[in-house]
Amino acid sequence: MATIKSSFLNLLVTLTVITLVAGLSLGYVFQWTKEPIAKAQMEKQLRAIEAVIQGYDNNPVTEKYKVATPDGQDSLEFFPAKANGEMIGIAVKTKSSKGYSGDIWLMVGFTMKGDIQQVVVIEHKETPGLGSKMSDLKFLNQFYGKNPGQMNMKVKKDGGEVDAITGATISSRAFSEAVQVAYETFQTVNHGQSN
Amino acid sequence: MANPISHKENFLKGIIKENPVFVILLGLCPTLGVTSSAVNGLGMGVATAFVLVMSNLVISLVKNVIPDKVRIPSFIVIIAAFVTVVQLLMAAYTPALNEQLGLFIPLIVVNCIVLGRAEAFASRNTALSSIIDGLGMGVGFTFALTLLGAIRELLGSLSLFGYKFIDADGMLVFILAPGAFISLGFIIAIMNWMKNRKRSPH
Repeated sequence: MATIKSSFLNLLVTLTVITLVAGLSLGYVFQWTKEPIAKAQMEKQLRAIEAVIQGYDNNPVTEKYKVATPDGQDSLEFFPAKANGEMIGIAVKTKSSKGYSGDIWLMVGFTMKGDIQQVVVIEHKETPGLGSKMSDLKFLNQFYGKNPGQMNMKVKKDGGEVDAITGATISSRAFSEAVQVAYETFQTVNHGQSN
Repeated sequence: MANPISHKENFLKGIIKENPVFVILLGLCPTLGVTSSAVNGLGMGVATAFVLVMSNLVISLVKNVIPDKVRIPSFIVIIAAFVTVVQLLMAAYTPALNEQLGLFIPLIVVNCIVLGRAEAFASRNTALSSIIDGLGMGVGFTFALTLLGAIRELLGSLSLFGYKFIDADGMLVFILAPGAFISLGFIIAIMNWMKNRKRSPH
């Protein structure tokens, strides 16, 4: 097998050379894939924004800003959607850590009145076949056109108005919470400005 | 070292006779973890196959200049480098699949098949036969994962490669972890039954 003796110097040189070559080639691949990765992430956010707000002509991703949640624990990303320079809505990226496993990330599109245009799931790690049904339109469409200020954003089991997913109350509860946080944060901004 | 078997046999052995999942039973963690759909199984299989071929090639080329004592650490560095390359490439060009497979991509580093083939084959054979061995094992692994994913997707969500046949819910258990064990158990049982039937002198 190996024809080189296991002397201290040989071990040192071999490992140094191997890790050096591996490190340099990884640096090269990293540089090479840096732009495509950034582009893929930007496209993913744009796709989510497109799904929740229609009719804007700016690039909401480059104009994004952060807003602190009312409890001050966290801050959410706001993506302003404009048509001819007029604000037509805001897409809010929101999350809940109360899901069945891991964080649930949503994109919620609000009109300037605070009505929900649409909600999409960006990322989740819920059980396939149960909590994962939160990405189905059957569940998502119940939020269309609703205003969380007038709708009780809790699952029916907790006395609210949200139809939970069968067998996935925890996921539905986390989903509703994330939407509610997005709305409350949206309201703090909207009260300050007169648009 | 002389190679007693032909390249064709060398390639084919990884697919059925020495299939890494169904016969050698190596790399079961990703096998059970990611095969909730056929696409996931195929993606994971291809990623692992790439790492297998590349690490087999490099290890067979450098085997003579690596002292025995640092053999395993050297192999792991080489394998880890290729896994990171795969991860970066997938994040850049197949972001959706990358998210689906998640943690299982970096875990290819500790997949027993990859180090197993490096240690058992590539460190004693020529570059060409190591590539063929990696290809055969990779295709065998991909075949196993795709088959398992297809069965689970078919029974669990009544669809195949994301194409839904019937608009209804399948048997949820096949999407969840127990379904992976049940499906794999049945596949191995059927394969052993076929092998034994062929051998018995009827």
